[in-house]
Amino acid sequence: MQDLWNDGNSPVHPASAADYLPPPRLRELQSHRLQAVVARTYEQVPHFRSRLEAKGLTPADIRSLDDLHRLPFTVKSDLRDTYPFGLVAGPLGDVVRLHASSGTTGKPIVVAYTANDMAIWTSVMLRTFAACGLRRGDIVQNAYGYGLFTGGLGAHYGAEALGATVIPISGGNTDRQIMVISDFGSTAICCTPSYFLRLIEAAVAQGIDLRKLPLRVGIFGAEPWTEGMRARIQDQSGIRAFDIYGLSEIIGPGVASECEQQAGLHVFEDHFYPEIIDPDSGDVLPDGQTGELVLTTLTKQAMPMIRYRTRDLTRLVREPCPCGRTLRRIERIRARSDDMLIIRGVNVFPSQIETALLAVEATLPHYRILVTRQDDLDELEVQVEVTAETFGDEVRSLEQLRGKLSESLFHTLGIRAAVTLVEPQTLQRSEGKARRVEDRRQLD
Amino acid sequence: MKIQQLSLFLENKPGHLSAICRTLADAQINVVTLSLADTQQFGILRLIVEPWERAQEVLEQAGFVVNVREVVALSVEDRPGGMAELLETLNPSGVNIEYMYSFTARRADQAVLVFRFDDPDRAIAALQSANRPVLDPIRLFADNAS
Repeated sequence: MQDLWNDGNSPVHPASAADYLPPPRLRELQSHRLQAVVARTYEQVPHFRSRLEAKGLTPADIRSLDDLHRLPFTVKSDLRDTYPFGLVAGPLGDVVRLHASSGTTGKPIVVAYTANDMAIWTSVMLRTFAACGLRRGDIVQNAYGYGLFTGGLGAHYGAEALGATVIPISGGNTDRQIMVISDFGSTAICCTPSYFLRLIEAAVAQGIDLRKLPLRVGIFGAEPWTEGMRARIQDQSGIRAFDIYGLSEIIGPGVASECEQQAGLHVFEDHFYPEIIDPDSGDVLPDGQTGELVLTTLTKQAMPMIRYRTRDLTRLVREPCPCGRTLRRIERIRARSDDMLIIRGVNVFPSQIETALLAVEATLPHYRILVTRQDDLDELEVQVEVTAETFGDEVRSLEQLRGKLSESLFHTLGIRAAVTLVEPQTLQRSEGKARRVEDRRQLD
Repeated sequence: MKIQQLSLFLENKPGHLSAICRTLADAQINVVTLSLADTQQFGILRLIVEPWERAQEVLEQAGFVVNVREVVALSVEDRPGGMAELLETLNPSGVNIEYMYSFTARRADQAVLVFRFDDPDRAIAALQSANRPVLDPIRLFADNAS
């Protein structure tokens, strides 16, 4: 078969054809797919069926996209409450892949894929890489973590399908990353933007100038970042840095991606239908207004998500993009409507921190969570008040307490947090809604 | 005879120690001696005060976490070898010193050592059988009264 993308000079990869659908055709496709996914989820997922019945709805009531707003939302706790497989539509035997991400409590949330879901995931990641200007011949160093996290394998399959050469190096081991960048001549890298900044620093320390190496593209996601970080990355490494968006509940990476314009992320809305709602009232907001992003998977089989509330705040841009794609764009995610923190790419909920503290101390101590960004790297600090119960009179026992708290936090969160013991009665007491989190990161 | 020592948790920040001292001063409580164990992040202030019950009360009212520990005070001659001889009398008993600090008493030829033993009673017995009487609170405070 002739490879139009890689053999010729076609500006469009065949897999990206759907990026350019005329909007009326795209709406037709979405409408058709919406009806199918609602009917299928209704039949296969009792949790969804009872939700619909409670609203007096049946799939027949959903005749077009205009009816979407009548459907109930799905939220993260729905995945937690049905852990691990309660939202799987159809027999588990059809599932070929499971991934998991951190939830609000100790248990992760589990997501499932059929073979067809895997093909869709691969195609949207292929379209992501194509939109970022990659093609056959590129050497993609995939430094997203492989494993239960969706980032590593999602990027891997997409880059392979594109025809690129993939280096499945996974996350961490900074020295080896730099060795591979320079020795293998990687032309693209996938990781969190803050990790790439760490790589730049480490390269400088080793006397390596990334600007002189073949590396030219960064595909960065899994954490909020800023235009300032982009400018710094591009300036110091000579690459073009692209923002991508995704979440495990929907598919993983591959929900939306920037194009060469670097002005908003095109949502692959032939598969993931976006809405923006008022996070308080739940009402749908018109395109252009800022609110919470809600996504409906139009084609997913194993774990369809109907009106999933992402808690990410953004706005939808309908205006045509100079790149020619007709897919609507979302603006870079800057904030969330819940208390979830994304620290070094890892989701952290204050409730997890409570769980970790309670695992060490019999009663929950007063604590405060402080998030800072030092040299563009996130730092998490948990300040814990010393109590009459935990205060022995020896340095050793306090150091032991600090060590235990630190270990418990690492065990629960999966990332390191600095624990600081503070004097009793010194942390601000909450009045009404807890104000235990202070996020000092400046996101422009 | 054991002496009650107050221990307080202290953040390693300017002004924190003075707040404790001010609380005691306002309650007219005299500090006989103190010691400060410090780490990079926090410290533990150990106080011998008179009267300790009142000091504990006012400090707790001021929001400090106060821990009462029994320590043993001994006087030792202020000359070379004075402390070595004292400690040697403890060796056979196998008691362990968790921490200690010293101060010079008003009597010029004597220093006072304050010990926290893992087993205070066994330590006192060992000291007494070696004819090394421990200081009782009355004696300690009287010697150091202003």
